[in-house]
Amino acid sequence: MASGTSSQLAQRRLRIISGHVQPPQTPEALSLHPCRAPTAAGSIPKRRQEVLKWNGWGYNDSKFIFNKKGQAEFTGKRYQLGGMVLPALREWMEKTFGASLEHRTTSQASLNVVPPAIINEGFLHDLKASGISYSFDTEDRVFRAHGHCLNEIFALREGLFRRIPDLVVWPNCHDDTLKIVELACKHNVCIIPFGGGTSVCNALECPEDEKRTIVSLDTSQMNRILWIDEKNLTAHIEAGIIGQDLERQLGESGYCTGHEPDSMEFSTVGGWVATRASGMKKNIYGNIEDLVVHIKMVTPCGVIEKSCLSPRMSTGPDIHHFILGSEGTLGVVTEVTIKIRPVPEYQKYGSVVFPNFEQGVACLREVAKQRCAPASIRLMDNAQFQFGHALKPQVSSIFISFLDSLKKFYITKFKGFDANQLCVATLLFEGDREKVLQHEKQVYDIAAKFGGLAAGEDNGQRGYMLTFVIAYLRDLGMEYYVIGESFETSVPWDRVLDLCRNVKERITRECKEKGVQFPPFTTCRVAQTYDTGACVYFYFAFNYRGLSDSVHVYEQIEFAAREEILANGGSLSHHHGVGKLRKQWLRESISDVGIGMLRSVKNYVDPNNIFGNRNLL
Amino acid sequence: MAAAVVGAAGAGYSQKELSCKKKDEFEDILEERWQSSDIQFAMKCYTPAIYKGLSPCKPGTLKTIVLKSEQVQYVIKQLSKETGESSDIIQEEAMEILEEMGHSLRLGAIRFFAFTLSKVFKKLFQRVCVNEEGIQRLTQVIQEHPVVFLPSHRSYTDFLLLSYIMFTYDLPVPVIASGTDFLGMKMVNGLLRMSGAFFMRRTFHGNKLYWAVFAEYVKTILRKGYAPVEFFVEGTRSRTSKTLTPKFGLLSIVMDPFFKREVFDTYLVPISISYDRILEESLYAYELLGVPKPKESTSGLLKARRVLSENFGSIHVYFGQPVSVRTLASGRINRSQYNLMPRHISQRPSKDLQEFVKDIAYRMELIQIENMVLNPGALVAAILLQNLPGMDYDVLVEKTLWLRGLTLSFGGFLDWPGNLSASKVVRSTLTLHSNLMNLVDGHVVLLGGWKEESRLTEELVFQWAVSVLMCASYRNQVVNVFVRPALVAISSEMAQSSKKEDIYRVFIFLREIFSNEFIFLPGSALKDFEEGCFLLTKCEAVQITAHEIIVTERENSMVSFLSTMFKPFTEGYQIICRYLSNDMTQAFTEKQFSSGVQNFVSQLLVTGATQCYEALSRDMQNNALSTFVRLGVVKKIQLANGFTFCADKEAVNKTADKLGSRIPSEQRLISRL
Ligand SMILES: Cc1cc2nc3c(=O)[nH]c(=O)nc-3n(C[C@H](O)[C@H](O)[C@H](O)COP(=O)(O)OP(=O)(O)OC[C@H]3O[C@@H](n4cnc5c(N)ncnc54)[C@H](O)[C@@H]3O)c2cc1C
Repeated sequence: MASGTSSQLAQRRLRIISGHVQPPQTPEALSLHPCRAPTAAGSIPKRRQEVLKWNGWGYNDSKFIFNKKGQAEFTGKRYQLGGMVLPALREWMEKTFGASLEHRTTSQASLNVVPPAIINEGFLHDLKASGISYSFDTEDRVFRAHGHCLNEIFALREGLFRRIPDLVVWPNCHDDTLKIVELACKHNVCIIPFGGGTSVCNALECPEDEKRTIVSLDTSQMNRILWIDEKNLTAHIEAGIIGQDLERQLGESGYCTGHEPDSMEFSTVGGWVATRASGMKKNIYGNIEDLVVHIKMVTPCGVIEKSCLSPRMSTGPDIHHFILGSEGTLGVVTEVTIKIRPVPEYQKYGSVVFPNFEQGVACLREVAKQRCAPASIRLMDNAQFQFGHALKPQVSSIFISFLDSLKKFYITKFKGFDANQLCVATLLFEGDREKVLQHEKQVYDIAAKFGGLAAGEDNGQRGYMLTFVIAYLRDLGMEYYVIGESFETSVPWDRVLDLCRNVKERITRECKEKGVQFPPFTTCRVAQTYDTGACVYFYFAFNYRGLSDSVHVYEQIEFAAREEILANGGSLSHHHGVGKLRKQWLRESISDVGIGMLRSVKNYVDPNNIFGNRNLL
Repeated sequence: MAAAVVGAAGAGYSQKELSCKKKDEFEDILEERWQSSDIQFAMKCYTPAIYKGLSPCKPGTLKTIVLKSEQVQYVIKQLSKETGESSDIIQEEAMEILEEMGHSLRLGAIRFFAFTLSKVFKKLFQRVCVNEEGIQRLTQVIQEHPVVFLPSHRSYTDFLLLSYIMFTYDLPVPVIASGTDFLGMKMVNGLLRMSGAFFMRRTFHGNKLYWAVFAEYVKTILRKGYAPVEFFVEGTRSRTSKTLTPKFGLLSIVMDPFFKREVFDTYLVPISISYDRILEESLYAYELLGVPKPKESTSGLLKARRVLSENFGSIHVYFGQPVSVRTLASGRINRSQYNLMPRHISQRPSKDLQEFVKDIAYRMELIQIENMVLNPGALVAAILLQNLPGMDYDVLVEKTLWLRGLTLSFGGFLDWPGNLSASKVVRSTLTLHSNLMNLVDGHVVLLGGWKEESRLTEELVFQWAVSVLMCASYRNQVVNVFVRPALVAISSEMAQSSKKEDIYRVFIFLREIFSNEFIFLPGSALKDFEEGCFLLTKCEAVQITAHEIIVTERENSMVSFLSTMFKPFTEGYQIICRYLSNDMTQAFTEKQFSSGVQNFVSQLLVTGATQCYEALSRDMQNNALSTFVRLGVVKKIQLANGFTFCADKEAVNKTADKLGSRIPSEQRLISRL
């Protein structure tokens, strides 16, 4: 496939992600009083339910279904896969999970049974007086009661929440936020900041025993780019802007942040900061902690920020690092100054097939060693490679499956490769054309040393596509007794293989022990490379028919998998965060003293636990 | 503690735990060998089940992998830094070690062994019985995980036998860690190597390079799933037939890949091999008496052909349930202890890890003991030893039958021919051991030149001791079955009180003193006590109330039988204490100690002051010394050229007193001493 110019490419990638191109926004960038300036119309409206599913992932109009002929189909027009039939998916589901179209579970029609709102009259009174937008609407509250962990989605579909926010507020700007936090302190109510709601560590879950009013502070209306500084290549933005809007709007000025977490269609700048997010192209642009130059956060004891926009400072411990990863426990991030880069001239996908996972990992290690990693380099294991085949659409010139397009290579080049062993690395190069081509050659040369063979651009591009649709696939699975989740870790290079093997094996064994009838689906990919190690990302799903308490079983297995990761020298989390899901391991991860440090910061900044989502500690 | 004893023992030992677990059936693998051609057997298609993650490699490649490994290279670099020696030279040294050590598994050699051993086994043994269910379990686990065989060690035959069985059942032949004392035997050595044995120097303390190469070699075999690894937890052949206390070094090596998560799991397979008659029986007796062990030379082995004309009865091999190290370790060791250092740099194992390894080593031996098939000969020997120099045949039969009942109710795994009368069973036992026992005129005697006390000389004492020790080694096959109830019984005699607390206190003392003689799981004294109590109650030898243990009149004979069975130990240790107290005023070496004890004991024997021939055993002497050192009764002092010891008189006397505080029958002995 010929590669277009870079701006075309950037656009195309965005389209791949959402296909949801909004009409150009009127630039508000230079308004001096942001609060009074109209907020930008973001891709996601204030009433999220208008475009987003209430009980699953993503847009209402986009989902996998089985059509009348019993074939899988992806609906909607937002994604390239939209409207296409995926004939192999059904068989894959049947074979992999022992699932059957006959055995369905259906979601409840709505979640009306919610705990009554606890209202702090004094707070409400003052809030009304401030003129800040708010809502008691049940739907609004339920929408902000959860992230996207399995137990949360399961509760939406067939259960209930014991505690949800009592009230949703929408500050328009930093000053609104200041006001809300001030009122919260005055009336002792609990605030839980809400960004894009994509959390996958139960970070948004309301503590069941919280007796105070819980206010969900939805940052979505703070979504403007306040200024762009082309001399220093920075942009000052409000923290509620979502990734796709940010990149598109910057793109209009010829810039980008390059920060592209897989959730970028929905997650926000504030969320990224609060969780220490990591983007796919961090090799060029860095992770969120490398990208932020300045952060402004409203805490119960005032605003915390640095006094200049200097690139680096030696002023004691970096206060940004109290904020980064604070997961909404210390305050609300309202504004961020972030690095920007000119949109790259040229982008090119690529892929390499390796005879086995071991060789693939060895190659990635070498690439990291030579510090020549492309913008993104990911290695999928064999199961994920096979899964790619299941998503092969019926008629499409672009969408020839991995396997199909490999077939022609297969006969000629891959004779020695075992289809049940081989694995694929997907690549994304960015930069000026010449350098990209040079870079590409360098990487392919290294790959060749590990038995890797170039397998085309299409395969690479499709690999990245997979990441976005896989989130939708879980909803389909849940209709047929299949539940699953992803989880991740980071680990030194020398332990990558052992960790991958052991974690998968552990899951398989735990499933068997817990009475799961069908062997689980476990697959992993090396998603990021670093000088000293890698980020490994797992998917895990199983058929829960016959289990009485499927979510509990699921949680036990996930627990075991995390134990296994820790025993293999992996970290508690590379980018998903701790939330409440992984709290129990934080102490051993950062030592007693470490916990003490965090606790004393919390005690100083928020002695009354206004930010009471109880993440981390 | 005392309160706990009363509470727990009062409730009684859990019935479930001890109710004799169902054991597998045996199959005689020689049966087929009698019926079909040995050549065909040796040449059969051999495609053993293999580990699913096996990356096949040749023995030569294996050596290269080991040599090039980060682990070995790291140590080489370090040594080079420390000694100033060039790393090339050290590397060469490492290669030499590998050559000496490395096995070279060859199918041809295995077939050769299969053929020869078929012939030899048929000549020597009546049956070689294997529990096939164990083999099935093994077949499964071998494909799933790296596997470690942990057989008991009573004879050189052990590892030949195991490999033979593996070949018979189409399972992979294990790679064996065995002592380098074979290296003297040229031809055999080569063949053994090719059959899978690799060699370990008995002592390589302080030789960092050797340790590193050796450890890495074993671990590589496990990580690659190249073959099962086999070694003996006991470290060496037990000359007494009593299970030796475990060694931990190799066990921690084979578990290391799991601890570091280089493998998902590792399975340990305890294997119990029991012989009706042990090939080396008389050799062991001489060794125990301190006659230097003849170096195993090829010609020596050939002389052993004499042996080929004798009958050695049956062998029973029981493959225990494979045990997952992962399951054992779960929750017991800090899982992240290897996270902070590169895994190729060897670290001192943490305390919890050392404890764990130790615990597992003991557990494995306890399983070996539990699954060890006992034969009537052991019962006969145990009875005869209490009736030296001989006894009435009919009484022997009657008592053997009685002891059979007791053994079974204590959970012993007895191989008793169901279709034969007790008399026939005893008779065939006597035939099997005709070199040791004899039936004349309805009287059974131990052979070996018994003379009336008055005319004893040291030489005669020595001769008789050989027989007694041989006989004792058969009794020893059952001691671990009896040891817990027996120690409770002895404690109740010694405590001179029926209070449970008092008895428990003595029990703890005895268990401590004899923890080198018998296998007790560290830290489970209370459990052992309860087990002993439970078994005694079960056969109505004692009654247990909330606070008391009372010996019932009716079964007084059982209690005294048990205590007599262990008398050689209580008395032997007492004598050794006397010796330390009387003769050892100065510091002494281990050598001086053994020969001193030996003289002391043989004097006592000559004068008839004791009948405790087993106190002549080196094994007992060494055990006693290391126990005394452990208990602080004797101090061990490191000198430039080895160790010396120094007895704490007061503590020695105290120990002797405790051991001697017995009921009247014993007081006689003490006064005579
Ligand atoms: C399909 C999918 C793909 C994902 N891919 C990635 C990925 O590639 N890389 C990655 O890093 N993560 C990824 N995630 C996880 C998630 O998207 C990130 O954690 C993201 O940073 C969360 O942002 P959000 O705006 O959705 O925050 P939310 O989910 O709304 O909140 C997350 C936490 O941050 C707090 N918070 C939110 N906004 C603020 C604020 N302004 N001030 C203070 N606290 C705040 C909340 O209280 C909460 O504790 C993925 C999740 C999903 C479901």
